[in-house]
Amino acid sequence: MGRTNQLLAVFSFGLLVYTIYFGFISSVPARHILNESIRNLYFHVPMWFTMFVLLSFGLYYALLFLIKKEYTLDAKAIAFNETAMVFGVLGLLTGMLWAKYTWGSWWVSDPKLNGSAITLLMYGAYFLLRSSIRDERLKARLSNVYVVFCYVMWIVFLIVLPRMTDSLHPGNGGNPGFNSYDLDHSMRLVFYPAVIGWICFGLWISNVRFKLSQTYA
Amino acid sequence: MLKRVISCFIFSVFFVSQITAQEDPQMAEALRESGKIYVVVLCLLIIFVGLFSYLIVLDRKFSKKIKDKNE
Repeated sequence: MGRTNQLLAVFSFGLLVYTIYFGFISSVPARHILNESIRNLYFHVPMWFTMFVLLSFGLYYALLFLIKKEYTLDAKAIAFNETAMVFGVLGLLTGMLWAKYTWGSWWVSDPKLNGSAITLLMYGAYFLLRSSIRDERLKARLSNVYVVFCYVMWIVFLIVLPRMTDSLHPGNGGNPGFNSYDLDHSMRLVFYPAVIGWICFGLWISNVRFKLSQTYA
Repeated sequence: MLKRVISCFIFSVFFVSQITAQEDPQMAEALRESGKIYVVVLCLLIIFVGLFSYLIVLDRKFSKKIKDKNE
């Protein structure tokens, strides 16, 4: 556990240094309106991918807790869900800034934006639920059952619904995906390492958060 | 003479207004300069500040727990 966690840290550090350097230096396709802000693909999009992966780990440990009733599993679930929300908030803030300078407004009525806001509120209710119950056993059980519900709902709001209606996001609502911009595959050389790097970084922070809760609970 | 002055004045006003109309209104466009690259820079800054704040929150939270435990 400790050794893999250190490896995660080193691995993600290397990939993120690569991402930030080549994210600004490498050549990108020239597009109207997007201009250089197309480079946000390396920073905004991986935030969401990291959130998805961390929430999946959160669900895995929540289910494992509900089966085994071991409280370290509950601590793992909360560590992953909490870190996932940090990445979700960062994805939302970077997305708002990007939207302001490409779509012209901080917030547009896009199903993906509203879905992400609902997702953050649902998981916000999860933390509220945890902090409002004193009894440790009841708290762990209720919140982990609620997380299973939240997980299903975010898939509906962020993955399913935006693909069924009109959306401004690439790859949604019949729009061409981002790969249609990247004709010479130059962006993939940075995008894939960026996604892996940010995900490993998220896993590392979650593990550190879990260890802190185990050591000082 | 007076007619000529007035017409000259009207013409010059018209001319000046034409010139100023051609110039774009001055706006705070810093984030749209250089192909919007500063949007990306600011996004990276948001991520940095966000992650740093999370670490500070964790530090405070667990420092408090250690303190409570020791007392």
